[in-house]
Amino acid sequence: MENFNYHRPATVNAAAALLKKSKGGSYMAGGHTLLPTMKQGLASPSDIIDLTAIKGFSGITIGKSAVVVKGGTTHMEVATSAAVKKAIPALAELAGKIGGVHVRHKGTIGGSIANSDPAADYPSACLGLGATIVTNKRKIPADAFFTGMFQTALKDGEIITEVSFPIPKKSSHMKFPNPASRYALVGVFVSQDAGGKVRVAVTGAGPKVFRVPDMEAALSKSFAVSALAGISAKAKGLNADMHATAEYRAHLIGVLARRAVEAAK
Amino acid sequence: MSDTGIGARVLRKEDKRFITGKGQYTDDINLKDQTYAYFVRSPHAHATIKAINTAKAKKMPGVVDIFTSKEVEEDKIGGLICGWMIHSKDGSGMKAGPHPILASGKVRFVGDQVAVVIAETREQAKAAAQAVAVSYGVLPHNVDAGQAMKTKAQVHDVASDNRVYNWSIGDEAATDAAFRSAAHVTKLDLINNRLIPNAMETRAAIGSYDTGSEHYTLYTTSQNPHVARLVISAFHGLAPEHKLRVIAPDVGGGFGSKIFIYGEEVTCVWASKRIGGRPVKWTADRSEAFLSDAHGRDHVSHAELAMDASGKIVGLKVHTIASMGAYLSTFSSCVPTYLYATLLSGQYDIPNIYAEVDAVYTNTAPVDAYRGAGRPEATYLLERIVETAARELKIDPAEFRRRNFITQFPHQTPVIFCYDAGDYGAALDKALELSDYRNFASRKAASAKNGKLRGVGFSAYIEACGIAPSAAVGSLGAGVGLWESAEVRVNAVGTVEVLTGSHSHGQGHETTFAQLVSERLGVDINNVAIVHGDTDKVQMGMGTYGSRSGAVGMTAISKALDKIEAKAKRVAAAVMEASTDDIDFKDGTFTVKGTDKKMAFGEVALASYVGHKFNSSEIEIGLKETSFHDPSNFVFPAGVHICEVEVDTETGLTKIASYTAVDDFGTIINPMIVEGQVQGGVAQGIGQALLEGAHYDRDSGQLLTGSYMDYNMPKAANMPHIENFKLGFTFTKCPSNPLGMKGCGEAGAIAAPPAVINAITNALGVRDIAMPATPLTVWNAMQPMKRAAE
Repeated sequence: MENFNYHRPATVNAAAALLKKSKGGSYMAGGHTLLPTMKQGLASPSDIIDLTAIKGFSGITIGKSAVVVKGGTTHMEVATSAAVKKAIPALAELAGKIGGVHVRHKGTIGGSIANSDPAADYPSACLGLGATIVTNKRKIPADAFFTGMFQTALKDGEIITEVSFPIPKKSSHMKFPNPASRYALVGVFVSQDAGGKVRVAVTGAGPKVFRVPDMEAALSKSFAVSALAGISAKAKGLNADMHATAEYRAHLIGVLARRAVEAAK
Repeated sequence: MSDTGIGARVLRKEDKRFITGKGQYTDDINLKDQTYAYFVRSPHAHATIKAINTAKAKKMPGVVDIFTSKEVEEDKIGGLICGWMIHSKDGSGMKAGPHPILASGKVRFVGDQVAVVIAETREQAKAAAQAVAVSYGVLPHNVDAGQAMKTKAQVHDVASDNRVYNWSIGDEAATDAAFRSAAHVTKLDLINNRLIPNAMETRAAIGSYDTGSEHYTLYTTSQNPHVARLVISAFHGLAPEHKLRVIAPDVGGGFGSKIFIYGEEVTCVWASKRIGGRPVKWTADRSEAFLSDAHGRDHVSHAELAMDASGKIVGLKVHTIASMGAYLSTFSSCVPTYLYATLLSGQYDIPNIYAEVDAVYTNTAPVDAYRGAGRPEATYLLERIVETAARELKIDPAEFRRRNFITQFPHQTPVIFCYDAGDYGAALDKALELSDYRNFASRKAASAKNGKLRGVGFSAYIEACGIAPSAAVGSLGAGVGLWESAEVRVNAVGTVEVLTGSHSHGQGHETTFAQLVSERLGVDINNVAIVHGDTDKVQMGMGTYGSRSGAVGMTAISKALDKIEAKAKRVAAAVMEASTDDIDFKDGTFTVKGTDKKMAFGEVALASYVGHKFNSSEIEIGLKETSFHDPSNFVFPAGVHICEVEVDTETGLTKIASYTAVDDFGTIINPMIVEGQVQGGVAQGIGQALLEGAHYDRDSGQLLTGSYMDYNMPKAANMPHIENFKLGFTFTKCPSNPLGMKGCGEAGAIAAPPAVINAITNALGVRDIAMPATPLTVWNAMQPMKRAAE
């Protein structure tokens, strides 16, 4: 690992200013992706701007129609929040399935989303609930946020300050973990909003989180497992590696979608 | 039984320091003026080394020096050896290619060490290692054992077809005759997947040369420091034994991978002298461990089992291709031969066995002993084909096994071993009862209601451990004898130090060995210290592997204790003015028959050293005795394991629904520790069956499972629930050692893989499924069935 300057600013503006001033700095939230890549020599930022000391950067508020999670909120806070469990139980459950206990105590929602790891869990909740990602500059709908593998719509210096999840009528998250890493081999997030519109978001299976329009259309007509009969995800374009072929991943999308619909509450 | 004697569930004495972070592992040790080594490793599976340019790297901050094979050759440092000569069928010796401590001329696997950078800090060494410019000429490579004899990628000049040896055991003609008269023959092709040991502590070493005394010290993560000293002295030519001290302090697991002498450790010792005596420290990071620790298993086999009309096995024929990796590691050659094919009779009375083994070089990390070493491979092959035969013959697999069990002892198998004692039927009965086998059908039906396929699988394993009678292994090609030493020092105050050549790296010797002393001398176990892992303290020893520390190491202690007792009786007799024949010793007290005279053990110990009360020209002062024990036979632990699995038909995910292990280990010193060994071994076996597998990419030769992101270690969630993980023990005394012990360290890892795979194939109704039976593998196996059903 190369040497770097370490900063711990108290405000979002100070953080943004530090990044701008640095030669090739990087924000750090939980550090769960950044630090391993630095240790492997794959990243060597000149400056680490640790966001965790920013005042008011973590916390959860439950509005009438949305759950708002601040950018620096840890997975553990979301997983154990009684209010989240009541408003969007699937969101709390998803957070409780990320990594292990240590990871959940350090990892943050903003860090996870900003990284856009194709096998991360949170992106499926963002897309599956139609969340809005709020930064220090603007509001970005989840549908426009995840642009590719480790790619997002975030511009240089932009910080995720909060994520606003609309409260659905029903939702559910199903994850089939990679046997070794426990990241999502395939994860499916299903939600049905008050008007009956359904979102189905898939993580782990493709280069980035994506929706399954066929399933959404069928489930919007009838939110039942039977509605999914005959609809299968296409293997083309899905990830293939030693743990899962594209065909197997496509198959798992179907299995998990059915299980998610069955378990939705 | 005393509270701390044989059979007591004593908590482990060593755990306080381990669980409070006070253990002293090699990496915890730091010497004055220490430098750090980092190895430049090959990125290619197979390539010539055209040039190595270290000029730029040498100028980098903190760099002390950089060495390559050039300096190794200048100093005439010998290569790594394989200590067991195996001869081919045609009488020729095995083809051992050169194995220099730093690659010379050619690299042969991804991770092969090419150069070493010594610097003031580890980070500086690592940074400079990245700046060492090596120019390679890439050669064709092969990572697949099955292809090794057909490929153009020739790993070593001495082995034109990559074949190290073509070895055989058993009577081929008699076995062929048995097959000709057989009523039924079952055939099976099997792969035993390559595993990466993954001890919790990675390998580490500190080499230190004292320029004044010209004395070397090596701190290292070794399971057998004395053998390391012997090899480094005799073969690498670094220092004679009296000028080399090897210390293996606390060691965090080995599973076999720390038996061997590796290039990195030798390099640290050599480099310390080369840089003028500053200590050189190296600690492998986890990525290096994946690449460079000796791997395990990696067999491709074809087996045939012949039965007569009554379902009695009449013959077994086996051909195995065993990957040795790119070099012959220290004991690699004996693993797929004398530790493997000699166990192919299993628990069965098989009159005719013939096995042929081709050991081959591949462009992969060296393969050597890993928990079980050869015996898991034998058990997997035999228990898979026995189960398959029972299914083909439509005989219940338990009944089929029982019909073929050996029931008379001693039993001479056609493949060298003479089993001395056992009761295989008793273990089967107990396992059937504990697992509630008779009600399996109702559990299967209940699983089916939940959309799950339930299966049951058996494994009746035997292992030969307590390794090993020296003359016997010598006649089979071993370069060393496999005895063990013990020295018992009784202090004047009656406390006891036991110096043992065994080495504990997780086994709990400090507790179990102390329990033996407590039992024999009546002293509190807290007054017993076990000293091991230092060649300056313990004179000589053969280390710990092959479940030998109980049967061999403790027998040596027991024999030394016999001498202590005899000597102490003479002292007690002299002090109490009685005849030695009239002295009784029980529960730590010496008494004179027919009198009320008595002396406590501690009083006799004190008297031994004070020396006033006996004639020191007749009885030597002191109470210290030594024994070198050479076993008269291997020991043969055996048992029956039964696994039940539930397979999710939608995802292919397999869960261990229940696991029953019934083992006969002979005498058990500490049941708590033995149960832990069984559970840990079974966890490793479940790991091999369901989760673990080293995966080299055929095209690039790269190790794809080079981290925990892809190499799947067993986790608590992969194990059966503790209520469904049932342990049972049967007992037959081992006749070849006074304690009647057999050995338990490897049993679980040997028994579990076929039990799990037999259960999955039973659930799915297929002949075979490859290990590891991952969800993907199981799902793929189910597709033809689904298509057939549609």
